[in-house]
Amino acid sequence: MDAMIEAQGLCKRYGATVALDGLDLAVPAGAILGVLGPNGAGKTTAVRILTTLARPDAGTGRVAGHDVVREADAVRRAIGVTAQSATVDEVLTGRQNLVMIGRLSGLRRRDAHARAAALLEQFELADSGDRMVREYSGGMRRRLDLAASLVTRPPVLFLDEPTTGLDPTSRVRMWGVIRELVAGGATLLLTTQYLDEADELADRILVIDRGRAISEGTAAELKAQTGGARLEVTLTAPDGGATAALAAYVSGDVHESHDGMRLRAPTRNEPGLATRVVRALDDAGITVDDVQVHQPSLDDVFFALTGHAAEDEEAAAA
Amino acid sequence: MRTMLRDVSVLTVRNLVHIRREPLQLSDVTVQPVLFTLLFTYVFGAGIVLPGHGSYNAFAIAGLLALNLTTSSMGTAVGLSNDLTSGAIDRFRTLPIWRPAVLAGRSLADLLTAGICATIVALSGLVIGWRPEHGIARMLAGFGLFLFFSYAVSWYCACLGIMSKGPESAQGLGLIVLFPLAFVSNAMVPTQHMPSVLRIVADWNPVSAVTSAARELWGNPNPSAAIGDWPMQHPVAASLLWSFALVATFAPLAVLLYRRRTTT
Repeated sequence: MDAMIEAQGLCKRYGATVALDGLDLAVPAGAILGVLGPNGAGKTTAVRILTTLARPDAGTGRVAGHDVVREADAVRRAIGVTAQSATVDEVLTGRQNLVMIGRLSGLRRRDAHARAAALLEQFELADSGDRMVREYSGGMRRRLDLAASLVTRPPVLFLDEPTTGLDPTSRVRMWGVIRELVAGGATLLLTTQYLDEADELADRILVIDRGRAISEGTAAELKAQTGGARLEVTLTAPDGGATAALAAYVSGDVHESHDGMRLRAPTRNEPGLATRVVRALDDAGITVDDVQVHQPSLDDVFFALTGHAAEDEEAAAA
Repeated sequence: MRTMLRDVSVLTVRNLVHIRREPLQLSDVTVQPVLFTLLFTYVFGAGIVLPGHGSYNAFAIAGLLALNLTTSSMGTAVGLSNDLTSGAIDRFRTLPIWRPAVLAGRSLADLLTAGICATIVALSGLVIGWRPEHGIARMLAGFGLFLFFSYAVSWYCACLGIMSKGPESAQGLGLIVLFPLAFVSNAMVPTQHMPSVLRIVADWNPVSAVTSAARELWGNPNPSAAIGDWPMQHPVAASLLWSFALVATFAPLAVLLYRRRTTT
């Protein structure tokens, strides 16, 4: 009942395209929900409706207790938004952008300047604060965009694909920034098509496909839905008895590499599995170089849930 | 009320910074006026004999003001279209601002820019020998008519900017309408020798009304005064009526189109 962000049965179509087809979601205060889905799944439409930029054809959205259609202004006072395409002003400097947002959000001139300076500092943009944004790198722009959505310290934040298009280093840096930010207690809804990003940042993950939620849970719960992990053992030397020694710990056929050194098998991940595998092999007089229990990736999860790979739909939507 | 004014002024300043830093938009109101003044007075001026033998340079300045202000009002269309397609307006819309502030800030910034443009035309006019002959009050009245007209045209351009798919098509649409509007008029040549249909269009063109009005107020050569059509006989009234009509039509239309475009 304490959901800061809540959607019920959101529907939205653009011409013949159904963008949202009865989407439900709820984010409790202080939680981070990762909305995961390929391009065209409806993530951006959901964010646009919840941030008052678009009206739903059916269904309701509430943010911080206010209806997104009927009490749009109250919603706007409670949210910070970082849109998918960086919407900071290219022609203004970083500082001018932040001051402008502050003034338009109702801060006094002096407070807006102070807040801008603090944010530039916090987001490591202090040195480039007085340069035009058009001279910024992609990562700097995204950080400024994020800073712009934090000017009024809003209790609810929406980040639409915050790292799309960034190089790996900037991505990891952005993750750090986002993590710090939610440590302050904000409620966050973040969309992503990167499965590792949802895993990295979100408390709970909502998988959406074709405008509808198809699964929700923690990363671990979602992974469990794919039905288990994979065991990989590397031996010091090939040994005919290894397969028999592993039999009790695997849930399918053991696959042996052609040199007989590496063994792979599906398994059910239980606490202490690796220890018991090593002990069993040791008891059989077999020495082990390496044991790994692989969790399924969220790519595997998406495939298991939808029956098609994330990339397929992206290509179909393009 | 205070927050409305604050939102409008913050967005006006933002748009002025844009104009200052966009070379093309800036040159529209700084370089182009000087260039047009020199081109028209030296190239055309040599070949055009005014009925009544007045000085072409004295005649040309009011026309050059009309020409520059009409064509530079395209900046309104391009700027709005840019903001709509770049996501800038989406960002503003997620803030608790007074919604019409986006349009008001745009038209106010363009009005101030038009003031700069008019000043530059006037200064280049003074250099080539143009003088307002009837005193300060009438001189200011003439500029007032021009700025009002420019403000009115920029509401039309705002509609174009909101309807267009992007800044390029906004510019294209603007050119198709604004160039004939600026040139099929008495701005740069007397209309007396135009083919009859064109002459009627020119004499009823709002650009001709405001240009004639300024020539009257400034005591500059005004061959159109000899034309019997009502707007040429009462250019000040005609110019005011035209500008009121344009604002009354296109300002509400722009608000309506903006609301429709941003309600998705």
